[in-house]
Amino acid sequence: MDPSREISLTVNGERITTRVEPRTSLVDFLREDAGLTGSHVGCEHGVCGACTVRLNGMIVRGCLTLAVQADGAEVWTIEGVSDSGEIAALQEAFLKRNALQCGYCTPAMLLTAAALLKENPAPTRPEIREYLSGNYCRCTGYQAIVDAVQAASQAKGPGS
Amino acid sequence: MKPAPFDYAKPATLEEAFGLLEDHGEDARVLAGGQSLLPALYMRLSAPAILVDISALDALRGISIDNETLRIGALTSHTELQASEDVARAAPLLVQAVAHIAHPAIRNRGTFGGSLAHADPAAELPACMVALDARLEIAGPTGPRKVAAADFFHGLYETDLAPGEILTAAEIPLLQKGFRSGFAEFARRTGDFAMAALAAHGRFDGGRVRDLRLVYAGVDIRPVRALSAEQIIEGEAVAAELVAKARARLGDDLKPTGDLHASAAMKLQLSGVLLERVLSEMAGAR
Repeated sequence: MDPSREISLTVNGERITTRVEPRTSLVDFLREDAGLTGSHVGCEHGVCGACTVRLNGMIVRGCLTLAVQADGAEVWTIEGVSDSGEIAALQEAFLKRNALQCGYCTPAMLLTAAALLKENPAPTRPEIREYLSGNYCRCTGYQAIVDAVQAASQAKGPGS
Repeated sequence: MKPAPFDYAKPATLEEAFGLLEDHGEDARVLAGGQSLLPALYMRLSAPAILVDISALDALRGISIDNETLRIGALTSHTELQASEDVARAAPLLVQAVAHIAHPAIRNRGTFGGSLAHADPAAELPACMVALDARLEIAGPTGPRKVAAADFFHGLYETDLAPGEILTAAEIPLLQKGFRSGFAEFARRTGDFAMAALAAHGRFDGGRVRDLRLVYAGVDIRPVRALSAEQIIEGEAVAAELVAKARARLGDDLKPTGDLHASAAMKLQLSGVLLERVLSEMAGAR
């Protein structure tokens, strides 16, 4: 018996219809099947946040969502929001402030920071730390990341 | 790690879900948001043959309010709970507690009912349900039933749910005049499970506390009420001396076992600090 299931979803605006094994996580599907390797796999049990993607407009753990659960959904990954220019200001701020070293956590940091700024365009530093607390960075110590998010938020704010 | 292979079904009706659960028995697990179940599968703590995805069951969705109760559907996400004006008005304790649950990306998918049915002893919402004297709605092949939250949580990941049953909603009595709630938690890092957490709910009547419920999470195998401490405070005005007296009795109510995150003595100490913080906040709230 073929255990796979047909799913149909849009990824970065493009419709994909394919078959997946039920146990395939959304992030493995995106990386292995859709070839979008910008979403990273770290801990594979929901702790590190490196696999963050946007599902129906909300950030989720790509490892704690099965590809079959994304049937009919709209998914955006770092590749899509990067190409669209949506997070250009955040990317610029991360570059300027050296808010990355190895870069492994960066795509997820950017997607999470973008979600924060959408909810709260002018967050305080504690609010930034709180919102990013589910995304681990093992290089930078977070200071520069918080700086960058704060800079991007001010850049978008009034009078800047 | 990758989970062991499993089959997947997404029933469109409760009846279909009951059929699947009956057919597969212990080899089936109910999947809602998956934020606790999937990590368990990844770590191969559990290897079900089939996941029954209940996310298409509309009967389990929505938040509604009538003259007496707030009804929260099991599939309500933590984010929806946090944003609901009905919840903020009728059961503010839940809004206070949800802020302590994991992180935004997990709150977006994790469900209210999933947290209750999973019954992690360190989880916030089970303690809140006991503090608010909620009734849990359960559906099963033999029909629906309701059970008081205090009788629902049996032990470590164990609940009153019988095989084949599904938690559908919780009914919470509307916040009555004079009632206030408080919530505080100690965790190693933001979003981690609680080393100790306290959900409190009670009536402030001319400065005196009545009908107080103090429910701790993270200190036992299930949410536990601090009955002796409640008794000391009942009918009295919150003052440092009284709270110290109640705190001294917490050892009668709580028998924490130490874990990776905190020893038993530390959990009892933290529980006392939580009692002082929460009561003073509640007494000061207007």
